[in-house]
Amino acid sequence: MYEKNGEKYYICDAHIALWDARPENQRNIHGKQFIDCFYDYHKNLSPAEVVWDYDTYTYYGEQRLLKDLFEDGYVDHAIFQPAILSDFYKRGFGQTEDALALTKAHPDKLTYNHAWDPRHEEAGLEQLRKDADRMGLKGVKLYTAEWNGDSRGYKLDSKWSRRYLEECLKLGIKNIHVHKGPTIRPLDRDAFDVADIDQVATDYTELNFIVEHVGLPRLEDFCWIATQEPNVYGGLAVAMPFIHSRPGYFAQIIGELLYWIGEDRILFSSDYALWTPKWLIEQFVDFQIPADQTEYAPITVEQKKKILGLNAASLYGLDVPAELRLSEAVAS
Amino acid sequence: MIAVAASPAQSPELEADITAALATVVDPELDQPITELGFVRSVLIDDDGVTVHLRLPTSFCAPNFAYLMASDAGDALRRVPGVGTVTVLLDDHHDSDKINAGLAANAGYVGTFGNEADQDLDELRRTFQRKAHTAAMERCVMALLRSTGKTIEQMPGLTLWHLPGGPQKDALLRRRTDIGLGIRPEDLVLVDDDGVPVPPDAAPMRLRFAKAVRISVEGNAHFCRGLLTTRYDDDEPLATRITNTRRTR
Repeated sequence: MYEKNGEKYYICDAHIALWDARPENQRNIHGKQFIDCFYDYHKNLSPAEVVWDYDTYTYYGEQRLLKDLFEDGYVDHAIFQPAILSDFYKRGFGQTEDALALTKAHPDKLTYNHAWDPRHEEAGLEQLRKDADRMGLKGVKLYTAEWNGDSRGYKLDSKWSRRYLEECLKLGIKNIHVHKGPTIRPLDRDAFDVADIDQVATDYTELNFIVEHVGLPRLEDFCWIATQEPNVYGGLAVAMPFIHSRPGYFAQIIGELLYWIGEDRILFSSDYALWTPKWLIEQFVDFQIPADQTEYAPITVEQKKKILGLNAASLYGLDVPAELRLSEAVAS
Repeated sequence: MIAVAASPAQSPELEADITAALATVVDPELDQPITELGFVRSVLIDDDGVTVHLRLPTSFCAPNFAYLMASDAGDALRRVPGVGTVTVLLDDHHDSDKINAGLAANAGYVGTFGNEADQDLDELRRTFQRKAHTAAMERCVMALLRSTGKTIEQMPGLTLWHLPGGPQKDALLRRRTDIGLGIRPEDLVLVDDDGVPVPPDAAPMRLRFAKAVRISVEGNAHFCRGLLTTRYDDDEPLATRITNTRRTR
């Protein structure tokens, strides 16, 4: 919970990770390239006083995570959204068992989402059933650009992806988080193209599709499909830290999102440990659309409350204390 | 493009032509020349030819766009008279080896990526030329609306003639040419990607969406510049190192 000027905000960090990118876990040069890329994101967009050293960034462990999120970071609940990346890391990038154990130790604070990969076909479906049972899945995180042998990614509307989505429906896994990354086969298409999400959102209206980093670098295409599909949401991973380094651009992103998809379908996330939540939350609560951007209405306290936690709480059925709900919700 | 550590130029005209040729190469996603984005790491001009090293903001920048820029750079350089052998290399990318081998063999895109590719990159390039046109149109129209205090509804039949001259209009005309739209004064400004006029009642929405496109393209460019600066964290991170030992053109 974060409190400022007499207002109390319930905080759900909808995208966190517990990763291990230390050299001994790197399978090949791509493992190093991947974490270096993350570290450049971290260094480029964080305030100087919260930049980590490189070694800590490659592995920070459970206790550091708990402290950064729940002691220092005002977070009430956080959701693991792992990237497995077995082609780059020997034991995977996201540490499944450690994150799951942490979730079981703190079920009120953490939710664990797992991943599936349609290229594992029938065997992967069987694994998904087992994972759903063992992990108590309410959501999955899909990284469509993940490499797998010769393949460099998949589309969400492929035949096998659909089989997996249908299995999610059966298993009660309602929240499908999708991360679009920059390599996918065939390479002559735009890898960031969100058209496949448009297709499956139309076909599976009982599932929620949360597009991570609000479709960046294709914000406009994301906004366009989200306008047409009521079950498409935008996760603010990667977009949030612009609030510090490029507040004018951040205002445009939020202004566009509020215009196109509205305040009920935007989810806060720090993308921990890409960034830490404390400063993002503090700056977001203080944030206002600059006066010269007259085309956007000022952002209200109620909108901030929804974005910072209430929207995600609604998707995941989280128990929000009565005093942190919106007044209308308390009355109803 | 900022040059550093330039040796005394033996053939300054060739060097200028090479620089100008590289400046014609545009990042399709960001709609800006690679020279201004800092993507040209070094240029070596010697008696045999020219060797250019390119670099990108991350190892995981999309390989298709990386290939497009590298092959466009090679094509632009080969058009420079007297340039000699042209070598373009992409540094520090997860697909550097594959792309550099393909460029060296002049294998083309499909030849470079083999079964990872279906077809050439023309359609991909076109997608981003359309976005660039949409963004350029929005900049021109919004500038006009701001300066006249009118709304788009008050300007039905807006033509290129109505737009004041300047860099924004020049940019729009170039983008129109890229996607095959007319650039006569009487041509309508508010058209879709195929040149079909936008009906007056649809004009506000076309403009509104165009704004989202512009914000997206501009935001990506800021982000990529920032990342490149962080990645190549030295004294002049966006500068191009030019070395010219050519004795005669």
